[in-house]
Amino acid sequence: MSLTCSEVRRGAYFDSVVLMQLQRALAELPGVEDAGVVMATAANLDLLAASDLLTDEARGAGADDLLIAVRAEDELQATAALEQVDALLKQRRSRASRSFQPRSLPSAIKTLPQADWVLISVPGRYAAGVAREALEHGKHTFLYSDNVDMKDEIELKDLAHEKGLLLMGPDCGTAIINGVGLGFANRTRRGSIGLVAASGTGLQAISSYIHNQGAGISQAIGTGGRDLSPEVGGMTSMQAMDLLGRDPQTKAIVLVSKPPAAKVATRVLAAARAVDKPVVVYFMGQPVTARRIGNVLFAINLLDAAELAVGVVGNGEPEVEQGSSFADLASKCVRGLFSGGTLAYEVMLGLQNQISPMFSNVPLREEQRLANPLRSQGHAILDLGADEFTQGRLHPMMDNTLRLRRLRQEAADPDVGLIVLDVVLGEGAHADPASELAPVVTEVIGDHDVDVAIFLVGTEDDPQDLARQKKQLEKAGARLFDSTVDLVAAIAKSAAPNSGTGKMPAVSLETFRQPLAAINVGLESFYDSLTSQEVEAVHVSWRPPAGGNEKMMALLAKLKSS
Amino acid sequence: MVDFDRANQTAVQRMVSSRPILKGVARARDVIPGMNDNLLLHAGPPITWERASGPMRGAIVGAILFEGLAGDWDGARALVTSGEVRLEPCHHHQAVGPMAGVTSASMAVYVVENETHGNTAYSNLNEGYGKVLRYGAYSQEVLEKLRWMNSTMGPILAQALEQSENGIDIRALLSESLHMGDEGHNRNKAGSFIYTSRLSPLIAATDAPDGEKASVLQFLADNALSVLNPVMAGCKAMCDAAHGVEGSTIVTTMARNGTDFGMRVSGLGDRWFTGPVGQPDGLYFPGYTAEDASGDIGDSTITETAGIGAFAMAAAPAIVSFISGSAQDALNATLEMYEITETEHDHFTIPFLDFRGSPTGIDIRKVVELGITPRINTGIAHKEAGVGQVGAGLVRPPISIFEEALVAFGESYL
Repeated sequence: MSLTCSEVRRGAYFDSVVLMQLQRALAELPGVEDAGVVMATAANLDLLAASDLLTDEARGAGADDLLIAVRAEDELQATAALEQVDALLKQRRSRASRSFQPRSLPSAIKTLPQADWVLISVPGRYAAGVAREALEHGKHTFLYSDNVDMKDEIELKDLAHEKGLLLMGPDCGTAIINGVGLGFANRTRRGSIGLVAASGTGLQAISSYIHNQGAGISQAIGTGGRDLSPEVGGMTSMQAMDLLGRDPQTKAIVLVSKPPAAKVATRVLAAARAVDKPVVVYFMGQPVTARRIGNVLFAINLLDAAELAVGVVGNGEPEVEQGSSFADLASKCVRGLFSGGTLAYEVMLGLQNQISPMFSNVPLREEQRLANPLRSQGHAILDLGADEFTQGRLHPMMDNTLRLRRLRQEAADPDVGLIVLDVVLGEGAHADPASELAPVVTEVIGDHDVDVAIFLVGTEDDPQDLARQKKQLEKAGARLFDSTVDLVAAIAKSAAPNSGTGKMPAVSLETFRQPLAAINVGLESFYDSLTSQEVEAVHVSWRPPAGGNEKMMALLAKLKSS
Repeated sequence: MVDFDRANQTAVQRMVSSRPILKGVARARDVIPGMNDNLLLHAGPPITWERASGPMRGAIVGAILFEGLAGDWDGARALVTSGEVRLEPCHHHQAVGPMAGVTSASMAVYVVENETHGNTAYSNLNEGYGKVLRYGAYSQEVLEKLRWMNSTMGPILAQALEQSENGIDIRALLSESLHMGDEGHNRNKAGSFIYTSRLSPLIAATDAPDGEKASVLQFLADNALSVLNPVMAGCKAMCDAAHGVEGSTIVTTMARNGTDFGMRVSGLGDRWFTGPVGQPDGLYFPGYTAEDASGDIGDSTITETAGIGAFAMAAAPAIVSFISGSAQDALNATLEMYEITETEHDHFTIPFLDFRGSPTGIDIRKVVELGITPRINTGIAHKEAGVGQVGAGLVRPPISIFEEALVAFGESYL
């Protein structure tokens, strides 16, 4: 037999919805069959009566009284329930609610308008759409997502470029902006070394080495692994290089990547040379033919890259070496006429990232092969000692006939700005090469707008008299070099200036002058990481558009206004 | 090609700039376009007797009894099923009605004019609590009250409003009540007080007997929903002004008939997109549970369509328990609605959000893209005719109607 108990609280007013909620909580208690919590108006008393919840005690209550009635299996359970009333009312009040998480980027931007950065880590097929939206709202974008189409990457980077924004990624694992690690990043002190990396763990290793050696990071910019591919063309790397070049906090820059395509490397190194501070370059797995060309230092591994950078910033204001250079090669080509195959090869290795396109009859890579060795094109480095040139005649180390003819031929080409020769002295070689070469050097320099550089190999004990050879060639107007390193450095300095960023607006330094604020779309752990670094951040509770319904997504794309 | 964003801006601009003024009270047959003695208007999209829910059937029967067209349930049903009495949505006649929304030719209705755009909207008078027609009750006591409303309250309100110089500005009233804890749909307590206080001197100045004036004032003051019906007509006037903009994906009607949830879109003409109504998730009066609830019903979703109601939940922390939570949940409810709306209202602002305008103008594209359907605050009717209200809570329309509308939109414009 069930039993109804009630309690009247005189003059206690609660909003009816609070009461309904309390009533529901009471009804859920063990043994409780039904409960009523009402202000005791006549209408409410009728309601309770209809539900068999009205006790005699309750009949005496009035409209200003709170009436709590419980019908339970027995008296014990009914009284136990009534005893819970205060606890339940209190519990209601203290229950904390989570603050609102925006569901879309535009609403996150309204929530945190000062956020300059958007971190995106949604599944690849949706990532480009979110990144485009971020860029269109004028936000720098850290795109962690992978599996983004190359076509989308190019479009996004073009858009970023157009708007003077950085797009790091896709597949960018890490960056450090204003001392805050984005994505996967080590905690490093702030300092004066800026990083540009197409490799996430490469960036992490170098930034850690730098920290462990007592120096620090100004900014570390990830570019995404494909940035230096021929298709993407190093767009982000170039912007980053330019940005860090202008950043007064950055005293030296480290650039890390897997070996880039030659054309891209040329552009990026040109951008590096255009910077008025030391740039340490580490192209993983690519041979280093010089440790230093002007302001560009070449590292042989990650640790070396860090050490070089720490070294240059540690030595105070790093000096930028003033080496020799040639008349501007921006619009002119280099032609090399070598007698020594190895010398030609080393010069090509040194120049491969400095000038392009480069061709040869003994190419580093097959696509650089000259279609016709008798006719040069672009930048061309020829080994005149190769079989096709020596058939039926003496090797060019002994016989200058072919070289002199070719020297005149190349000089007459209006595209040519510099001709490079090697002169190898020693036993068995031509007895006096300078006497044959010098008059023709003078002649071509006089007749055409070209420079002639000569790389002289020999010793003072050689029969040809090194000093005399050198003097004679210099007098003829040639510039003499005694190592390929100096030769390559001089050519690199004169090569095409950075034309990559064109007329696009530069990325503003403004974002580095204020505390980082960011919007995170995707992995919540990235948001947690931001907040633990005390960054003002908003997390977007992102879900696939239209629940991933392809038909609806296609329709929505068409129904966006152009 | 149509610029959809621009079309939407035009539509919401028309909605937000609308200034609905309560001008008067009149007989439905005299003012509502197309109204006649054999026609009943009802809430939601079109419905037949066969598919109508319990409360809708009860209200239909009640209205027929009220008009004296039949004497009992069976007689009333026969009139409807034979087609002698026709059923049409209020929305087809520039009108709206809460819950069942059944309006017949003799009933007194509010006349609300949109001063900005010149259109007019209508709504029946609110019956208060207890046994009422809008929840499907049709007993003698219900009909008695309706008769009193028609013969006493209606004429007094009509005369009162006639004396008023400019009528009652519904937009201004809402702007004020949103700052007093109303959201304009489930909570109209402050608005009803304002409404009563505006009407009081006008009523006092009528030539009706003092006793009648007193009873009308008492009725208005006792009913925290007094202003709901003029507010709904005001919202209808705003939404109608935004309807018919070529290329606009803004929702201009949401309405329920207890069986179907119906929606219309500005750029898609008079076509209804319908799906099954949901079951509100809410709190129940003593003795009732979700088992007793009717399907979602009523034209009062016109408030959410116009940017108030659940969309302005952050303004009404006192009723957040309906969404089972704290004041933070009320805030979150409004913040969520910004995700799917085109604009922020110029006149309806929310103090707790630093007077940010309420989220206004539902864009079906955003609903489908984000998978967020509009929130709706609603009363819950008992599933059987005549029992009345059993609770209140939150409900959302089915996403399918937004997807269907988007497909139709694509077919029309791409």
